[in-house]
Amino acid sequence: MTQTKTTKYLLAAAAPLAVMATGAAAATLDEVREAGKLKCGIHEGLAGFAAPNAEGQWEGLDVDICRAVAAAVFGDSEAVEYIPVTGSTRFTALASGEIDMLARTTTWTFSRDTDLKNEFVGINFYDGQGFMVPTALGVTSALELDGTTVCVNTGTTTELNLADYFSANGMSYEPVPIETGAEAQQQFLSGSCDVFTGDSSGLAANRATFPNPDDYVVLPEIVSKEPLGPAVRHGDSEWEDIVRWSLNALITAEELGVTSANAEALASEPQANAEINRLLGTEGDLGAMIGVEADWAKTIIMSVGNYSEVFERHVGVNTPIGLERGVNALWTQGGLLYSPPFR
Amino acid sequence: MSAETQSSAPKFRIGQLIYDTRYRAKTIQVIAGFIILSSIWWLGANIAGNLSALGKDFNLAFLSNPAGYDINQKLIEYDSKMSHGRAALVGIMNTLLVSVLGCIAATFIGVFVGVLRLSDNWVINRLAAVYVEAFRSVPLLLWIVFIFAILSEALPQPRDFRGEDATASMQLFDSVAITARGAYVPRVAFTNSISGNEVVAVKDGIVEVASGGADWALIFAALLMGSTTAYWLKRRADRMQSQTGQRPLTLPLQIMVVVVPTALILWFLGATMVQPYLKGFNFAEGTFIRKSLLALWLALSLYTGAFIAEIVRGGIMSVDNGQREAALALGLRPDKVMRLIILPQAMRVIIPPLISNYLSLAKNSSLALAVGYMDVRATLGGITINQTGRELEAMLLLGLFYLVLSLLIASVINFYDRSKQIQER
Repeated sequence: MTQTKTTKYLLAAAAPLAVMATGAAAATLDEVREAGKLKCGIHEGLAGFAAPNAEGQWEGLDVDICRAVAAAVFGDSEAVEYIPVTGSTRFTALASGEIDMLARTTTWTFSRDTDLKNEFVGINFYDGQGFMVPTALGVTSALELDGTTVCVNTGTTTELNLADYFSANGMSYEPVPIETGAEAQQQFLSGSCDVFTGDSSGLAANRATFPNPDDYVVLPEIVSKEPLGPAVRHGDSEWEDIVRWSLNALITAEELGVTSANAEALASEPQANAEINRLLGTEGDLGAMIGVEADWAKTIIMSVGNYSEVFERHVGVNTPIGLERGVNALWTQGGLLYSPPFR
Repeated sequence: MSAETQSSAPKFRIGQLIYDTRYRAKTIQVIAGFIILSSIWWLGANIAGNLSALGKDFNLAFLSNPAGYDINQKLIEYDSKMSHGRAALVGIMNTLLVSVLGCIAATFIGVFVGVLRLSDNWVINRLAAVYVEAFRSVPLLLWIVFIFAILSEALPQPRDFRGEDATASMQLFDSVAITARGAYVPRVAFTNSISGNEVVAVKDGIVEVASGGADWALIFAALLMGSTTAYWLKRRADRMQSQTGQRPLTLPLQIMVVVVPTALILWFLGATMVQPYLKGFNFAEGTFIRKSLLALWLALSLYTGAFIAEIVRGGIMSVDNGQREAALALGLRPDKVMRLIILPQAMRVIIPPLISNYLSLAKNSSLALAVGYMDVRATLGGITINQTGRELEAMLLLGLFYLVLSLLIASVINFYDRSKQIQER
């Protein structure tokens, strides 16, 4: 009798486990279409990249990538369900199918691409790791940081670069691992750590939200390459293509001078520049090749803008974050942004 | 035809499997066994299928790859070039540290408050009740974060100790610094260390010191020898008392056999206190008890202490009041009544539920990540998973660790419990 009792408990315990294990692969595009909205994994709160505005709507550079993909798939850039993920939960969320794509200031690295089974579709922001310190600390170079206490977001490449940089320069430090951006900010502002390290754009974004931004300075050293880009699951090339070319459409639009203001006019009649026509769907049918409407790219540009508009709206010099284009300018203007041609 | 049927044994019918009590239990067991096996098989096949769909395999080789990340609190040697396995081990040590410290503190708090809760003094027993209800009724995670936030905001930063117009100062004759990063307390080191030069501290030309395992082993050996001798002295005194009725004076002797050899060894090693002092951005030297450990330890002990207090109260109330009255009638003082009569009997009721509280404390320590304490959940179950993408493997290992830890704690306390039960002859 006791035996049957035990088995009953075992069964009760096993049932929820069984429900949890569901398939994750298969055609993501079909799943997204069926759900009627794109489940997009974003930062849980980083001004300029993904943060709720005064109306409670998410906005930022990464958020606009989600909106662009939704515009391509549904013709509606608002058909997105934003799912904030932390640095340490993002890949699990993507692999398990909890999100359809990840646009969360994620550095493209070899092992993340291969071993973690993600596919990075491109780069939407070229970044590098920096250090922020209070001005009162009197430090002017990262090489003077020996013996400091450093706040670092856990589950990031930042954590690994930090260890590499300090050991390469023979310096010691005390890491304070922190799970979320908001908590890191609180610890840094309360003085629990001397240094806050992260992607330099993120540091600038954080600094802009501090009560007294002038009391803090981002040190000049950039100690790593952080190419940030959207990622999808490994093994679904069709879906990967859609996300990749949605990003490329933003960059190409800037290169061709197509903006949210003139896209409608440019699409009304075939232009002299054939690539504009192919991009906006008035010549050939690139959309059909990736399984979306012919005017997919026009919809993206109409609702999100081109890359330049996106950049200037969220992190550009006229925003509190105030970043120059720098390496994030087009290749024709001395930057690194370069999209393969629409042909 | 009919005669034949009657003479043979009644035929087995399929319905008997359910309606006949001789077979029913077996039928149910077979069916249940079949269901369990097929669900296990289904789960396994599901995992294998999904893993291969993702292009992943089941592989523990990642444990020997370089971890690449640093851990702030390490009880064993570790740097970022060591393996993920080593990082997991560092995390395990940190989990064990906070669990052991937590269990000890929670027991003291629990017994103390549990006794106070039964006090005749209205103010004291109400205060104890308020403590118990406050900590039992609010989720542990909130307490951890709350205590962490208080420590962050209320305590001074190391920079406040610096300069002419310092707003904070060190406590206890400049030996302890309590900062918002944690507490820096003095540590013992040796000028004539026998274990070489492991840690060397120099402050403004003060002599070089070191400390190592061999020094502490020597001191521990002296202490052990001393206490064994002291125990033997007590046994001898007991024996003489029961034989002659006269108890020889043993306490000064006992103190002497413990203190004298230990003091001699300390003197031989040249033991000194190394005090923390401000150096660069932080305090240097001494032992650094991090804020994350303090917050987690405090929260775990206070939370579990509240539960233990209720268990202790229940245990004490289970002892018949006649015992107390009889002891008081014999002229024992109230503290002795509690210590010699009531608590030993209450222990039999207290210990079994105590085990489950110790277990939940050890498991609750996995909330450490909330305050950035690098326990095994944060290293193996956090950063390692994130850097290697081996969720399944790491989570299974993590589950295995907590299982073994719980079984160990339970078996140790069960052993103690058996020794405390009434011996029936």
